[in-house]
Parts: sequence; C-alpha cells; structure tokens
Amino acid sequence: MPLGPRIAVTMDVSPYRLSGAVYGALLNHRTALQALGDDINRPPYNGAPRAPVLFIKPRNTLAADGDPVAVPAGVAELEVGASLGLVIGRPACRLSEADALEHVAGYLIVNDLCVPHLPYFRPSIPFRARDGFCPLGARVVPRAALANPDAATIRIYLDGELRQTTSTAELVRPVAKLLSDVTDFMTLSPGDVLAVGVASPAPRVRAGQRVRIEIDGVGRLENPFVAGMS
Amino acid sequence: MKLARVACTGAIHAAQPQQLPDGRAGVRLTDGRTLAEEEVVWLPPLEVGTVIALGLNYAKRAQELAFNTPLEPLVFLKGPGTLLGHRGVTRRPRGVEFMHYECELAVIIGRGARGVRRTDAMQHVAGYCIANDYAIRDYLENWYRPNLRVKSRDGATALGPWLVDATDIPDPGNLRLRTYVNGKLTQEGNTRDMISGIPVLIEYLSSFMTLDTGDIILTGTPEGAVNVDIGDEVVCEIEGLGRLQNTIVGDALFGR
Repeated sequence: MPLGPRIAVTMDVSPYRLSGAVYGALLNHRTALQALGDDINRPPYNGAPRAPVLFIKPRNTLAADGDPVAVPAGVAELEVGASLGLVIGRPACRLSEADALEHVAGYLIVNDLCVPHLPYFRPSIPFRARDGFCPLGARVVPRAALANPDAATIRIYLDGELRQTTSTAELVRPVAKLLSDVTDFMTLSPGDVLAVGVASPAPRVRAGQRVRIEIDGVGRLENPFVAGMS
Repeated sequence: MKLARVACTGAIHAAQPQQLPDGRAGVRLTDGRTLAEEEVVWLPPLEVGTVIALGLNYAKRAQELAFNTPLEPLVFLKGPGTLLGHRGVTRRPRGVEFMHYECELAVIIGRGARGVRRTDAMQHVAGYCIANDYAIRDYLENWYRPNLRVKSRDGATALGPWLVDATDIPDPGNLRLRTYVNGKLTQEGNTRDMISGIPVLIEYLSSFMTLDTGDIILTGTPEGAVNVDIGDEVVCEIEGLGRLQNTIVGDALFGR
C-alpha cells in the first residue's frame, strides 16, 4: 500500500494508474555482468548472483517526463539507467514463465538514475534513492503494443546525440523468467512497475545536459539535468 | 494515544486498547464496540509510505555477525507487500536452515523532512510502533546485501499493534526491547545502544532523500536473533509500545 504515485501517466488499460511501487532488476543485462569481469568471483561477491538482484525506487525518486533532475552537489555525473518497465495488470504471485506475461498490463520507460558507485556489496540507497532519480515515461503502452518484450531496442541520447543502443534480447533473465523468479517471494500488485535491467557501460550525464531515452514501440522519455543544492 | 487499524464485520476501524470485563486484552472501536484482541484482524497501524530499514545498528549485533561497525548507516528499503499486522503469520519456506526475527523500534515520520539537522529531527516524528523484521539468512547474497529475497518477502515484516503518539514516548532513546519465542526470552536490548540514534538517522536520510508523512524507519535490532521454526509463536515487546505477536507457518498453508 504505497501512498499514491506523485506523478500521473497516461494508461488506457486496467488498472489505469500506477500504484507508486517501482522495483528494478540490477545486473540483469549480460553487459552489466561482463563489465565486472573476474571480480564476480572475488570478495566481496564470491560468485555471480543466484536470485534476481532487485532494488526499490521509493516515492521520493519518481519524476515525470520533462521534469528537471537535480545532480547532487559534489557529484560530477550520474549514470543513466535506461530500462524497459513492466506495468503489472493483475495480482502476480508465483507466476509460471508460461503465463507471466498475461499479468503485464503494459510497458513504460524507466530511467533508473544513480550516482556511480562500487562495489555493489551494500544497498545503494544513498546513490539510487535520491529525489527525482526515477523519471518515468509519460505513457504506458498496452501489452499488445510490444510484440516481444525480449527484443526491445533501447536508445539513449545525450543532448540529441546517440550514446548507446541496446536491447532487452541480452537480458540474463528474460521478462517472463524474471517475473516468475521475483513473484516466487514477492507478490506484485496492479500498477506496480518492474524495470527489467540496464546495460553497461551506462552513459553518464552532467548538469546542463539533457537525456532522451527511446524504446521502439513504447515511446520516449526526456529530462533536463540541473545542478542540485544538496 | 495508542491507535490500531483493525478489520471486523466488513469494515476497517480505528481501535484503542480496552481491557475486557473478564480481564482479557481487547480493543474499543471508534463506534463504541468492544471486542477481544482475537476477534479482529489486525492490520499495520497506518498506511505506510516508504519503508526504510537499518542493518547493523547495534554494536553487539554487528559483532555477533562478525561485521565491523559500518562507517555510515547501512540502509535498505522494503516493498509494501512485506508488511503485515499484529497476530499475523509468516511463512518459513521448506528447506530453510536459518530464519530469524528482528525486534525493532519503528519510527513513523509525521511532517515531511529534507535537509533536517539532528537537533530538529524529532519534530518530524509522528510516533512509534514495534516491527518484527524477519530475515532468511539462507537467501543472503553478496550483491546489494541484504537483498530483497531476504528482506522484502511477502508478509515477513510485522508492524504494530499500535501507532503510539510521539508525545507518549518522551525518551525513545531509552526503551527496552525483548523478544520471546514460545514464551521464552530470547532477545533483550535497549534502544540506547543504537549506533545511530533516531535524530542522526533522520539527519542522514533527509540529507539525500525527502522523507514524507507515513514513511517509516525500522531502526535495527540488538543481538540475540535466533532461529525460529514452524509453529513458533514470536512476541516482540518494546517498553511503552505493547507486544507484537506473530506465528511461523509452513508452505502447506500457501498451497506450496
């Protein structure tokens, strides 16, 4: 029972609004694991993740398409975490891979911003849960609008210049498998968002720049970045 | 004032503590009805916003887990589906070796807070309740640890029974915490032993995120978290806040 989303999105399918709960999968893009190289098998990790590595974007992070995002004082750059977001349509608990997608109402773009950090041993709240660090696309497209969520092309532009092209085809856990594994221990509710994963290396943005994310079939999300006070 | 949210006879009600004529513990609904504790369904005592939790916030607990005291508060988040009320049940999955309770003081944010100094922090506290923040250590991994599979499981964070007004708890920095498993005392501590006290936590958190009305901070647990098994009754008690009861159940109840 999150207390209402701060931002409104256009959503023409049930449940017609977001719940305000936003989850995401980390290290779920092959390139993100590859970037760690042999460090995966060394302390502090001592091996690749077994279960999905998840984060929560709390309500203070949610921002709308077009909202300026503050780059905190003392931080030079932020990592742009462009991800396909699943919007849950029906209560989702212990889904099988076969019927997982039936529980998805639609898709939207999620920008999981964070302050660059290493290692990934402890939760990243001071890096990832800052105000405005989760811009969401203005529109949830119905599930039928995306023929295959495991083949969505994602492009990131910085000040209009293409910086990265990636695809959900490279997810470690494809969408249905991710939903199945997550809902084994955590029920997702209608209007919850699950960001499926971010490619590495994530482009970095500074104050004064604009980021635009496009996902074919889903739309675009654009935000200016400004210098923050704290 | 102590206020609970309970469900009975088709509606959700605010309820206050009320001893029954026969001496049993009960509640009085706002509409005047008096009921025994077990005649209502207890919900978390408020509609909760962001759930923030602390790891290793008691020095001896950190030693117990063989960790050095962290340099800054170790903070993680929990999703809304993990919350449940007093007298709830929490599932222990088959095959698990180490599942433990964590009795914690939960701080409820009243007035929103951003960039608050520790000297002003307590003005942003609406009240307190007890939290039992279960963990299943078998599922711990070293990626953004503690991971959600350990700490944000369905129905594995009990809250309640009451939301107690901040004004009723003059010194939240000196409250005794106790946990009983099947009536036997297994955990005992005091909030004065927190590494980062409530004002420091509010200053720290509000330095990088806006805290809003209804957000809660689970302030960590002292040493003495032991394994619990199916059928165990776990009672977490905090001075002035009451006692929060929970029962461990198995997979069968969930059709697993």
